[in-house]
Amino acid sequence: MAAIQPRVSVEYLEGATVVAFTDDKILEDTDVRALRESIEAVIEQAGRVHLVLDFRHVRFLSSAVLGLLIRVSKRVAEQGGQLKLANIHPGIYEVFKITRLTNIFDIYESVDSATQSFADRR
Amino acid sequence: MASEAPIHGSIVVQSKASAISLPCRQILSAMEEKGFAKDDVFAVHLAVEEAFVNAVKHGNKMDPLKTVTVDYTVDEEKVEIAIEDQGVGFDPQSIPDPRVGENLYRPEGRGLLLMSAYMHVFEYNERGNGVHMVRYKDRPIAGRSDVAAG
Repeated sequence: MAAIQPRVSVEYLEGATVVAFTDDKILEDTDVRALRESIEAVIEQAGRVHLVLDFRHVRFLSSAVLGLLIRVSKRVAEQGGQLKLANIHPGIYEVFKITRLTNIFDIYESVDSATQSFADRR
Repeated sequence: MASEAPIHGSIVVQSKASAISLPCRQILSAMEEKGFAKDDVFAVHLAVEEAFVNAVKHGNKMDPLKTVTVDYTVDEEKVEIAIEDQGVGFDPQSIPDPRVGENLYRPEGRGLLLMSAYMHVFEYNERGNGVHMVRYKDRPIAGRSDVAAG
């Protein structure tokens, strides 16, 4: 497992790139900007990426993170890739439901189920 | 034995996003002292963060010379918070519903929705530069149809 910056870790599993948030709280603009840079670096490097964002450590996030996810989702789609979210804590999942982002993100219970869901593997 | 007296606080902080950490810690600590559940603490934490970021970014326009005032009272039944910036104010009704149509794909504009979803009382003052929020202990939020319907 490689650490790109302290805020994410990156792992490669069965043709998918798994980026895990390492902080339990993601709040400030500076945090969000750092995350965006880290994740975009992974996307740029991978090209047509099968990306899983792993939320297993995250217990709190602000709406700025939702904006980050939308930006990441667009960037992945532009490069012909796919994005899945995994391991979202129930309290955080409620935030996705309230904002109806459950309608636009593919959310899985585990990283394994997310990686297995990529139908078109490279 | 913990005191039953309400816990009050009034703090004026700099207009920068990180400045919320002290008042936020105080509010959440007071809630824990008063026996609020984790869900209540999560809800208030989220609402305070969103309200403060709005005050700094959209209210004070990131002006470092302006301040944000955070007032709070936590008692055995509820937590009450007022956050006021020094901006010109805005009309909350002018913010489009982020759940509808193309708005769903916009990266911004979900703060007000989340505050209103997690707080029992959520209202702006007439000028639109101050928000007043209340969360009652262990009480479901009425009208949270989005959560129930998924």
